[in-house]
Amino acid sequence: MAHWEHYPHPADIGIRGFGATKEEAFAQAALALTAIVADLQTVELKEEVKISCPPPRLAATDAGAGQEQDDEFLFVSWINALIYEMATRQMLFSRFEVRIGKPRLIGAQYLAPQFIAGSPGFTRGLSARAFGEKINVKKHSPAVEVKAATYTDLKVRQDKNGDWVVQCVVDV
Amino acid sequence: MYANKLKRHSECQWHIEPFDNMRVPVIIFADEKLIKMMDEKVFEQAVNVTKLPGIVKASYAMPDAHWGYGFPIGGVAGFDPEQGGVVSAGGVGFDISCGVRALRTGLIVGDIEPQKNRLADLLARRIPAGVGSRGKLKLSRREMDDMLVGGAQWAVERGYGTPADLEHTEEHGRMTGAEPRYVSDQAKKRQEEEVGTLGSGNHYLEVQKVTEIYEAACAEAFGLHQDDILVGIHCGSRGLGHQIGTDFLARMVKEARSHGIELPERELACALIKSELGRQYIGAMNCGMNCAIANRQVLTHLIRQVFAEIWPKSKLALLYDVSHNTCKLEEHVVDGNKRNLYVHRKGATRAFGPGHPLLPADLRAVGQPVLIGGTMGTASYILVGTEKNMSLSFGSCCHGAGRAMSRTQATKKWQGRDVIRTLAEQGIIVRGASTRGVAEEAPGAYKDVDEVVDATERAELAKKVAKLEPIVCVKG
Repeated sequence: MAHWEHYPHPADIGIRGFGATKEEAFAQAALALTAIVADLQTVELKEEVKISCPPPRLAATDAGAGQEQDDEFLFVSWINALIYEMATRQMLFSRFEVRIGKPRLIGAQYLAPQFIAGSPGFTRGLSARAFGEKINVKKHSPAVEVKAATYTDLKVRQDKNGDWVVQCVVDV
Repeated sequence: MYANKLKRHSECQWHIEPFDNMRVPVIIFADEKLIKMMDEKVFEQAVNVTKLPGIVKASYAMPDAHWGYGFPIGGVAGFDPEQGGVVSAGGVGFDISCGVRALRTGLIVGDIEPQKNRLADLLARRIPAGVGSRGKLKLSRREMDDMLVGGAQWAVERGYGTPADLEHTEEHGRMTGAEPRYVSDQAKKRQEEEVGTLGSGNHYLEVQKVTEIYEAACAEAFGLHQDDILVGIHCGSRGLGHQIGTDFLARMVKEARSHGIELPERELACALIKSELGRQYIGAMNCGMNCAIANRQVLTHLIRQVFAEIWPKSKLALLYDVSHNTCKLEEHVVDGNKRNLYVHRKGATRAFGPGHPLLPADLRAVGQPVLIGGTMGTASYILVGTEKNMSLSFGSCCHGAGRAMSRTQATKKWQGRDVIRTLAEQGIIVRGASTRGVAEEAPGAYKDVDEVVDATERAELAKKVAKLEPIVCVKG
């Protein structure tokens, strides 16, 4: 079930991950991200990097936006965190383990009677381990740098079978 | 559907009159062929821009416009801070101040031809390009902040160029209003070793020859003659700019509603110019602009060293440096009144007409050089801004050919090695770190730059001065 794909965008490229769980879909999308830069099979698992993304903190007035939007912001944070690690460590990653935390209350300033469990006042952070190695131009012949994840085509959804699909366009 | 709302206003101008909650019309500059090729998304995105608060006159799209993020690529919009206007991180993009710089080499085709392989090899070796490349400068945090405030002036003070370079760079090489304290640690970290690097994707370094002169007097003023050799650099603010875009887009998306702004699309995320977030973004974005022009200045220095190695007497003079992903405070006349507007140009080039006070003294009488980057196999153009355009689109113009095909389609259609071989047969040497990267940038993946520039001229956005064709192209 778990897999990833690229899809076309006129200027750039879309990444899409599929999985039985949200975590699995997030990890698959991360493979799609690396595959923009290099062939995944060339990237050996030599180093481990820990990555964490805090829960998205929506402004209080955006509380109506819902869990779906929280998940989408978390997905953008995740991809952007990977882009940052790839850029500053000059690494490529080819394996990911993703955990998305249990809902928890964020920011006491948002505490209000309407914020009951499951409502948007509660949200989830992400922690992950990414495995890979330093970029070696000869070995990986990296094609292109990724600049950022965008909000274009951004989706974190469950299909009718309960499987997760996550996607966005990235700027290269 | 938006395409059926297009009304032809003149040969190269198409309008969408306001409907629903549009505040102003959409104006698209294109000929019939280009408008038919344009993605429906361009019209939709240009319409979305008209819904943002404080927009003045119209939301514009240039002849090379294609589907972007929030704003179309090739989109222009001005906002009035006194009328609740906004600044949009999406309207500037992730590659803040990406732009083109043109250098005159003083050499002619006959000088280059016998040496072009050696030149290509040296440039490819000395200019850090592509994924995993690092610049020769490693900046401490203090030096980083100095660079973010000083721009190309900072680079010249450190010996990477001359005062004459600054005179021929937008903003005299230094964007005022840069506030490094609003640039995140992550953004600075991403830039530590990226000063003086070309990047990848559509960025390039080209050695070009003048193959056609259109406006003799103007070409003379720009110092351009048939068969002259120029160097073109296309790149931007590197990791720092990308991270500033990422950081502020996220904040603007989350805070827009609390500022009373309804976003037609998340990527249009913006903040009131007169808000704390708006001020912070402008301060950070100005740092991004300085980073981009400092970067192109350091690259210029490296290129001069390579040329000096082969032609010890060569002197590379800067013709001009102009960015095409910007938001700048500019004075424009609107309905007879002078107003200060924040003009966003997303994949659009500033193109100021003759007499504009911001132009270099020696070019003020002729108008601003407008640098249009082509693709590896086609052509680049140098245009000149017109007086007329100051009232057409705030003095803005196209920025390149504009993609016609996605990267995924391009890599299915072409092999990098074949692209390199075909271009070599045409006398164009391509040096690229990655063959797939070359395939993604194949000339056939772009619109015809000649058509885009012709439509730009017929729309009176700018006039053609010279056509340049590549001899050597270094890709990331």
